[in-house]
Amino acid sequence: MKINLTINGKEKEIEIAPDDYLSEVLRREGLLGVKKGCDTESCGLCTVHLDDVAVLSCGTLAAKAHGKAITTIEGVEKKAEKIRYELGKRGVDQCGYCAPGTIMSILYLEKVVKDPTEEDINRYLKGNFCRCSGYVGQLEAIKSYLEGQKHEVCE
Amino acid sequence: MITIRKYFFPETIEEAYETLMEKKSNALIGGGAYLKLGSKAMGTAVDLSKVGLDYIREEESAFEIGAMTTFSTVMLHEGLNKHFDNLFQRAIEDIVGMQLKNMVTIGATIYSRYGFSDFLTALLVTNTKVKLFNAGWISLNAFLENGPEKRDILEKIRIEKTNGLYRFQDLRGSSSDYSIINLALSKEKDAYRIAVGARPGRAKLAVKTMDFLQEREVTAENMEKAGAILSEEVVFGTNGRGSKEYRKAMAKVLLKKALQEVSIHEN
Ligand SMILES: Cc1cc2nc3c(=O)[nH]c(=O)nc-3n(C[C@H](O)[C@H](O)[C@H](O)COP(=O)(O)OP(=O)(O)OC[C@H]3O[C@@H](n4cnc5c(N)ncnc54)[C@H](O)[C@@H]3O)c2cc1C
Repeated sequence: MKINLTINGKEKEIEIAPDDYLSEVLRREGLLGVKKGCDTESCGLCTVHLDDVAVLSCGTLAAKAHGKAITTIEGVEKKAEKIRYELGKRGVDQCGYCAPGTIMSILYLEKVVKDPTEEDINRYLKGNFCRCSGYVGQLEAIKSYLEGQKHEVCE
Repeated sequence: MITIRKYFFPETIEEAYETLMEKKSNALIGGGAYLKLGSKAMGTAVDLSKVGLDYIREEESAFEIGAMTTFSTVMLHEGLNKHFDNLFQRAIEDIVGMQLKNMVTIGATIYSRYGFSDFLTALLVTNTKVKLFNAGWISLNAFLENGPEKRDILEKIRIEKTNGLYRFQDLRGSSSDYSIINLALSKEKDAYRIAVGARPGRAKLAVKTMDFLQEREVTAENMEKAGAILSEEVVFGTNGRGSKEYRKAMAKVLLKKALQEVSIHEN
């Protein structure tokens, strides 16, 4: 079957099987920032935005993306760079494998919650596992990134 | 693994039902998240996304929630949280992450009557009816006990606004794991509703415990007695997550915590 969708701002028509999952389809399209992790909807590595809503692409049937807009890490390069800088500064971007999914969740939080608290950060990042660094440094990095964004908006 | 021969987006519930009933192998897709974990060979996958069942409507005396409403929408709904003391938020919060909660739907959850469900336990202490497209309205309790008579589509639910106190308690190996045992409690005037889920069987009302607590004061002695009644009347079992004995002991603890929370709130 064919689906029409927008991926990172570009309109596409893609041939898929009715039982394809979105993560496989996006990786076939060359978007390798969509990582393969648990493949059981638990680790958050494959997080993308589907019409601006964060979802796990390993558990989303690709057919559901018909007529919708997908954003992957490749579509948010500038912001991702800023977040990676904050993570790297604290030594919490080690193997880097979880970073794309984590960054997509941070950007979702930034989009839907105004002035997020620590509780909000934990709530929205709970579904992203990191096996290198633990989460204290990540929390600091996220707070610092969000704080920086506020000033950017003010300037 | 699931296999699908054809993918279909009906635009009305009538069309969805008709297609579902055409062949035994045709199946409904809600969020599709739970189907991914199992194995099923589907003829036509009938995706309910475009049927218009994604809504929460607050009326004067009730909330109506469409089957395709996601857990995150329920969890963050101000009206529901305000009216039910964050009961649903508390029950949904620890289910994996926000991304999964953006995908999974209430209709699939209720229709499937999962034993491990946190949401169903919470829902059971409210006055809730479910609307099946073909069979019509039925109380949630009756639906959980008996299931549907024939294949059907869960269309929406209706939760009456009752003036009470609501609490949810759960025990998990780690946050975002499935509950080992969970319990919800509501108190309206002097009447309690208590539901126990992840027994590991599906959520059930603890009727004898509810009767015992009716019009009794929440004293240390009465909490002990209520716990003893609860652990005898509810059927517990063993699975990889916990033994029957452990669940039995922990259910008493969850009841005590819920009663204490209500009692502190009242005093
Ligand atoms: C990784 C993972 C972890 C989870 N952890 C927890 C947890 O800790 N606690 C908890 O309570 N829950 C948990 N769940 C379950 C989740 O909360 C949902 O209950 C479940 O995923 C079903 O929702 P869905 O939309 O994904 O269903 P789907 O996968 O779309 O469907 C499930 C079944 O319901 C049928 N169906 C779908 N919609 C309807 C309808 N409207 N009417 C009739 N039948 C329908 C489908 O045909 C299918 O048989 C977890 C799920 C996953 C995937």
